[in-house]
Amino acid sequence: MSDAMIAIQDVTKAFGPIRAVDEVSFEIGRGEFFSLLGPSGCGKTTLLRMLAGFEIPTAGEILIDGQPMSAVPPNQRPTNMVFQSYAIFPHLNVRDNIGYGLVRMKPSKAELNATVDRALALIKLSGYGDRMASQLSGGQRQRVALARALVCRPKVLLLDEPLGALDKKLREEMQLELRQIQREVGITFVFVTHDQEEALTMSDRIAVMSKGKVLQIDSAAALYEHPNCREVAEFIGTMNVFEGRLLGVQDGVARVDAGPAGELLAPVNGAADLAPGAAVSVAVRPEKLEIAASRPATGNAITGRRLAEAYLGDRSHYYVGADGLPKPIAAAAQNKQRALTSGSAGETVWVHWPVEAGVLLER
Amino acid sequence: MRSQTISRLLTIFAFAYLAFLYVPVLLLPLFSFNDNIYVTFPLKGFTWKWYQSMAANQPLIDALLASLQVGFAVSVVSTVIGMLAAMGLTRYQFPGKGLITSTIMLPLVIPYIILGISLLSLARQVLNIDLSLWTIVAAHVLVCVPLSMLVLIARMEGFDKSLEEASLDLGESAWRTFWRVTFPLAIPGIVSSFLLCFSTSFDEFVLAFFLSGTESTLPIYMYSLLRFPAKVPGALALASCILLGSIIVIVFAEWYRRRGIQAQQEGLV
Repeated sequence: MSDAMIAIQDVTKAFGPIRAVDEVSFEIGRGEFFSLLGPSGCGKTTLLRMLAGFEIPTAGEILIDGQPMSAVPPNQRPTNMVFQSYAIFPHLNVRDNIGYGLVRMKPSKAELNATVDRALALIKLSGYGDRMASQLSGGQRQRVALARALVCRPKVLLLDEPLGALDKKLREEMQLELRQIQREVGITFVFVTHDQEEALTMSDRIAVMSKGKVLQIDSAAALYEHPNCREVAEFIGTMNVFEGRLLGVQDGVARVDAGPAGELLAPVNGAADLAPGAAVSVAVRPEKLEIAASRPATGNAITGRRLAEAYLGDRSHYYVGADGLPKPIAAAAQNKQRALTSGSAGETVWVHWPVEAGVLLER
Repeated sequence: MRSQTISRLLTIFAFAYLAFLYVPVLLLPLFSFNDNIYVTFPLKGFTWKWYQSMAANQPLIDALLASLQVGFAVSVVSTVIGMLAAMGLTRYQFPGKGLITSTIMLPLVIPYIILGISLLSLARQVLNIDLSLWTIVAAHVLVCVPLSMLVLIARMEGFDKSLEEASLDLGESAWRTFWRVTFPLAIPGIVSSFLLCFSTSFDEFVLAFFLSGTESTLPIYMYSLLRFPAKVPGALALASCILLGSIIVIVFAEWYRRRGIQAQQEGLV
């Protein structure tokens, strides 16, 4: 048996003809903060609900801590969930909400009170025990839902877009707080979100999902620097993608004929079995690009006209239109170097980047 | 000027309408205190005697008790069935759902006289059971279940389905989840359903008339009184009491319903 807390084995969930989750297999480690990231309708929530037991896989098996879960109903699984709507019981106060899952085990009154008090302290809501759900703000409800799930001491905590309903500032605070609470309690967290920034900030590893399939599972940095396909590249952050054909590979560097963008070089990572002539793309992040007045001696370079410039305070985005390319090239720069990159619209410039900053993607 | 005339006419219309609705009803209590067995103007004098004689009227008390008993049984049975149906229809997807819903709703649109005749022939000719208060209960349940279901479906759709999932997720069984979450949240609907079924059963005449045995319910008893002029003032006194009781129940039900809506608006859902 492996060290995995959760093992998802060839799991498929079909609703009629639609495969919400399509032959997905992966493992989640003990104590890991794992995110399921993808656009709405990609199957991430269905997968989470299968972990909780609210949906039964059409095929495949889910193991939690080595135990097969198919025949285990939600109330007997070692999982607890923080719902998207929080699902705070409106007829109970905060204290009774948090103690809800403990009552079943018939603790003494003192024991129950002590546990609830500790939970209230953990979520910084001591003194709010007698309030009703209607008297709490969105952030407070979210924390009550978290405490209510955590006091049951689950092996796995499932979170279904728990920060989606909060405003931006509160969301950022809660991201840090959640991460900190996860480290304190050491429980495996499975976190569903469509917000890539949220997933990047909090997770040990992220599974990017699309149309019921898992595209890539990696750490935030690896997903950002080395996406394995165009969908992942474009879902996480902004990516300039130049489509073309492989000319050849030499010393781990691919030569690509990118049509109007000219001949581009990119390092080959992993997928090296590409024959010349294969359809590939060269992708590069905006912040890896530099803008210069003349063609530099080394690296990839594309010439075009300066278009718009967006000033974002700490950084600026520049757009350069090259003949024959479907979209303008996006470049980003810290405004420390602002003097180096700004210029007037319409002037001809060279956008360039070092070879190792690009990524070769199969198409 | 024109708009003023229209608004004055509308005011007159509104008062005329209210008078049309309530003056006949208000005549009941008026004549119930009149010291005359004939229901005519001018009034003769004030008396409590029709009310006093009610207390000594054993058939009346029997009919009242029978009606209360039938109404209570109908409310309980209909609300239980209505609750089960509402849970099934709001919580699960299954084939034939629309058909089942309309089948349950059908008794609402079938004329009571036809229901009465068919239930009577079913009870006597087919099942061969004796008519009693229980046959009236059965008939009333038939027409009250759809009412109860409508009220409870509205309530069940009013709260977040994930509350029940949260309870299961926190380790409670489906049975305990019902008692700890679903039932407390459905209480406003259950109370409304109970009151609605009770009042429907309490004043229902046609079905009760067809299906009563030796014991009669209050509406049937009152109808029988009208055949004897001497008993008409007594019937008026009884009707006035029922009117007062109904007003109290309706005010309570409305107060309870508004309290539920207020709680909802405070952000519980």
